[in-house]
Amino acid sequence: MSDTHAQSVAYVRESFVEQQTPPVSETGVVKWLRENLFSSIPYAILTLLSLFVLYQILSGVLPWLLGGNWTASSIRECRELVEGAGGCFAVLTERWNQLLFGFSYPSTEYWRPALAFLLLFVCVAPVLFPDLPSKSLILTLLYPFVAYWLLWGGTIVTPIVGLLGVAAGYVAYRATINRGFALSLLAGVVAAVIVWYLGGFVAEELSGVAALMPVESRDMGGFMLNMILGTVCVSLSLPFGILLALGRQSRLPIIKIICITFIEFIRGVPLITLLFVANVVLAYFLPPGTTFDLILRVIIMITMFASAYIAEVIRGGLAALPRGQYEAADSLGLDYAQAMRLIILPQALKISIPGIVNVAVGLFKDTTLVSIISMFDVVGMIRGPILASTDWNGVYWELYGFAALLFFVTCYGISQYSQWLERKLATDHR
Amino acid sequence: MASISEHDTQQDRQGFRPSMLINDTRYRGLTFQFIALMLIILAFAWLGANLMSNLAAAGLDISFGFLDEPAGYDIAFSMIDYTSQSSHLRAAIVGVLNTLLVAFMGCVTATIIGVTAGVLRLSKNWLIARLMSAYVEAFRNVPVLIWILIIGAVVTISGANPRAFLGEEAESNLFLGMFAFTNRGLYAPAVEIGPGALIVLIALIAGIAGAIAWRWYVKHTLFSSGKLLPGWPMWLILLAPPILAYFLFQGAIGLSMPDTMANRFNIQGGTLVGKPLIALWLALSVYTGAFIAENVRAGILSVSKGQTEAAAALGLRPRRVMNLVVLPQALRVIVPPLISQYLNLTKNSSLAIAVGYADITATLGGITLNQTGRAIECILMLMLFYLIISLAISGVMNVYNSTVALKER
Repeated sequence: MSDTHAQSVAYVRESFVEQQTPPVSETGVVKWLRENLFSSIPYAILTLLSLFVLYQILSGVLPWLLGGNWTASSIRECRELVEGAGGCFAVLTERWNQLLFGFSYPSTEYWRPALAFLLLFVCVAPVLFPDLPSKSLILTLLYPFVAYWLLWGGTIVTPIVGLLGVAAGYVAYRATINRGFALSLLAGVVAAVIVWYLGGFVAEELSGVAALMPVESRDMGGFMLNMILGTVCVSLSLPFGILLALGRQSRLPIIKIICITFIEFIRGVPLITLLFVANVVLAYFLPPGTTFDLILRVIIMITMFASAYIAEVIRGGLAALPRGQYEAADSLGLDYAQAMRLIILPQALKISIPGIVNVAVGLFKDTTLVSIISMFDVVGMIRGPILASTDWNGVYWELYGFAALLFFVTCYGISQYSQWLERKLATDHR
Repeated sequence: MASISEHDTQQDRQGFRPSMLINDTRYRGLTFQFIALMLIILAFAWLGANLMSNLAAAGLDISFGFLDEPAGYDIAFSMIDYTSQSSHLRAAIVGVLNTLLVAFMGCVTATIIGVTAGVLRLSKNWLIARLMSAYVEAFRNVPVLIWILIIGAVVTISGANPRAFLGEEAESNLFLGMFAFTNRGLYAPAVEIGPGALIVLIALIAGIAGAIAWRWYVKHTLFSSGKLLPGWPMWLILLAPPILAYFLFQGAIGLSMPDTMANRFNIQGGTLVGKPLIALWLALSVYTGAFIAENVRAGILSVSKGQTEAAAALGLRPRRVMNLVVLPQALRVIVPPLISQYLNLTKNSSLAIAVGYADITATLGGITLNQTGRAIECILMLMLFYLIISLAISGVMNVYNSTVALKER
């Protein structure tokens, strides 16, 4: 072959050229900078502009954060100690317990909510991570009763009776499941109510057994109150949301109309009006003489609010299921309750996980609204007792920044978890 | 087959038995609905009876007569004439207008912020994309109430004394010669309406109608004869009538500028936008903007790259690719959640009470309720107002959805 070349081509290189290093502009940092920050003139301007904004923000925040004081006992002392732009973070250390537990939770009992908070992670883990053994779900089941005992105190008999009632209901439900779903559900509810009613007398008799110091609901406050409202309302609103969604999809016109009216009404009004209802109106609709905890009234209203939104999310999941799934369930001869429990809901709920998490995060953020009806959650504590006190009048940024950070960490964590779960549960092959 | 039909006829002959209400799927639905209806009626009757006995015990009744009584409190920011001698109803109307004002302003700015942030978050510029992610995550994961309070605090402590703007040798100059941000609020130009304003307004509407008609005509001729008429006359038809009318009727609509020379103590003229409104408006716009940014991003990502490439392969220019192929498909995804964000913003504006802005929740649901003690009536009206707004907005959304829905054949 080289002969032919020798005749037709003037020059043929017979050795390889030495391998060259790529030009500086095409490797390493320079290439990355060119591609990602300075790829064209408008982009370069944008980059410089955002660098400037970043510098402005950091030059304001960093000295404030790093030069802050953590030990002073009042704002005047803090202003004297801190030179320049440093923040008065001493308010956080001094009012730490108030921010977390409110101002009237007995200070000797702070270990109880703290323990309940830690247990929350242990006991929710079996639900959050499907890889854990399913036996550990018992922990989750026990948690509400333990948490109630820890937070509200009183005798341990009360939560045990509550647990026994649930257990009796479950046993009655399992025993009669062959007679049809509706009937066995009724049997379960009746059994539970009987046990609770009888247990009420027992609990009254044994009110001294393993008793913790009782704490009134109105003494709950701080971030603890946000956590209580958030977890209780989210977990209560899930079953109600599922029922409402099924009702809205139902073929029975009256049930459908009831569900649609409820959902659209709740979704049409702001949460704050519902909280006003809990605060001032709800008492008018209860039998004369009943006294109802404000916290309980608020839980009822927030649960109604959240379940309407969750119902809409689950309705989306139900509608997204292919028609064939419903027809397959019918053709297997399953009745409505079986088809829903075994075929439809597991799939529909899986589709709705991102939406449900969105609602949960939104709801947890909305628990701050209770500060407007003068409950002392973390925002209420800041706006009320702390900022109004002569010691810390005017320490806005540190306090609001701290509250924002608490919520950011929680909500960002939840949304990261939900993305992880979504990837894990993805069974479709893409 | 024969045995089944025999069985059926046998059952029919037996007629209706009560146990069929539970066991027969033909009647079970009716039974459940009947039970549900009865339970609902019983529940409402129970609540109603409780209400009656509670009201009787407290010596109250349900009446809306208090709306005519003088309110007796002042409202700092009102768009219509209002004094403390005006009725509670008028105070409520002031609140309604204030709610609608902040909701409208918030929707406009939130859309601008959200679209910008959403597009920039997809930018190939690494730094700007990260900055926008930080913005979106920071605002989405922190309660709107905390943002309203933070921005309220920022607005409260910022702003100079109005005197800084006054006189010949002022320390500060008006921004663009129109705006002065002081510790009392924002001084801005006010619109002054004179005689003939109606005619200018009619001309404006006529211009818009004419422009739409021209666009329709261009499309019509293009489809029927294949002739493409120029697009620019649309702008002429749109702008000419209002501009002509504006110059024909001198002084029909004018601007009153904030005047820093008029006296030595305060800024004259213009309009003063109070700090609560500014704080609430900013907070709602930035908060909702973060959500809208996510919707916009999702919408743009939902249009597959193949669509852009197919359009380019057909020979469309980049602008036409965007206008004819990408945007119509992205908008179908963006608009429904966008409208529900508008709805959320309107509902979140009820937190105005936290910065002291007199919206409907603060007037009717706040001061009026506390002064008259008419909790049930006030909250009923409050809920009704928000319900009407959200039903109206979701009605608009349904109409839009049905117009852009994929035509499945």
